[in-house]
Amino acid sequence: MKIIIANVSDTPLYQQIKEQIKDAILRNELKQGEILPSIRALANDIHVSVLTTKRVYDELQSEGFIITKAGKGSFVAPENLELLQESKRQMVEIKLTEAWKTAFSLGITKSELYAMMDLIFVEEDRK
Amino acid sequence: MNNILEVNALKKDFGTFRIDNVNFSLQEGCITGFIGINGAGKTTIIKSILGLVIKDSGSIKLFGKEIDKNERELKNRIGVVLDEGYFYENMTMSEMKSIIATAYSKWDESVFKSYIESFKLKLNQKISTLSKGMRMKYGIALALSHHADLLIMDEPTSGLDPLVRSELMDIILDFIKEYGKSVFFSTHITSDLDKVADVLILIDKGKIMLSEEKDILLDTHGLVKGDKNVLNDHTRKLFLSLNETEYGFEGITKQKTSVREQMNGVLIERPTIENIMLAYIGAK
Repeated sequence: MKIIIANVSDTPLYQQIKEQIKDAILRNELKQGEILPSIRALANDIHVSVLTTKRVYDELQSEGFIITKAGKGSFVAPENLELLQESKRQMVEIKLTEAWKTAFSLGITKSELYAMMDLIFVEEDRK
Repeated sequence: MNNILEVNALKKDFGTFRIDNVNFSLQEGCITGFIGINGAGKTTIIKSILGLVIKDSGSIKLFGKEIDKNERELKNRIGVVLDEGYFYENMTMSEMKSIIATAYSKWDESVFKSYIESFKLKLNQKISTLSKGMRMKYGIALALSHHADLLIMDEPTSGLDPLVRSELMDIILDFIKEYGKSVFFSTHITSDLDKVADVLILIDKGKIMLSEEKDILLDTHGLVKGDKNVLNDHTRKLFLSLNETEYGFEGITKQKTSVREQMNGVLIERPTIENIMLAYIGAK
């Protein structure tokens, strides 16, 4: 798993780390049942506070991505298909909203935008 | 996480300098950096915690117990490295160790030996002939060989070269890996803390100015750079500190959103701990 922290980014540190772990789980880079580093080990390795990594794990746990067993550590939660699908959909929705905003601000119409999307599918099919 | 050290309403008046109603606490499992310029009161507070300076009033609790009433028991659970060392210069490291070891009920000779080995120290060497770096490592070995839960250090990095400073940071990170351990250390070299600190406490003129998680502090403050033409009576108020030159300005803010909305074309970067420390000490 790789975690890269952008110093120029305005996103709070814990959110940057959380999103990257979540991505790794969604891309199946971190597999279900796999053990995650301890909050202290992760904090030491990426040079952030242990309170930040604790916050990351707490939130990932409450969102159902990981499970923490007292004295044993934190593990990637067993695959919850519904949750996974939902998260994947959400990721795409966020990107689409961004694309729509750009299109809207540049005066690109709905049908033009749809046509662009069709074109991308066609090009992808040819590969 | 529990509080392992609680300082409440600590007061000490030296006449020319005083510690004025100091309150702070340390969380278990954290490395807390105690920062401030020379003479801010860091050493006095650390010495009050250790009972080396008699406080005028206030309470200090370690692991939930009043230190005044449980001194022997509680001191067995802390390891201390002080700036000056307080060693007998004419003794060898082995002789000095024998004196110190008897003070602790849980002294562990095998832990001590393994530290001495990993620090590449020779126990028959006289203390007066040690370099600053070796002296610090010897101090750490003495402080950590009785299974202490809290390591307290006063300016452990002052006078050390960057390589030895970085080695010390690794020693601290290694110590804190074990569950339930905590570290509290003072420094005026803030770059030491960029890498290791979890929480920062800033003191100036005997008063606590800030006590916050390091990452939150760095997330909520911004180093703003830009053209002076965006500075006016109103936008100036958004800054804790402001430095203007012929070419532009540089300032520290805690109101990043307002800066972004009201000041066009400025650059907002992540500050360093030093930027923030100087902003709070300089302001007023």
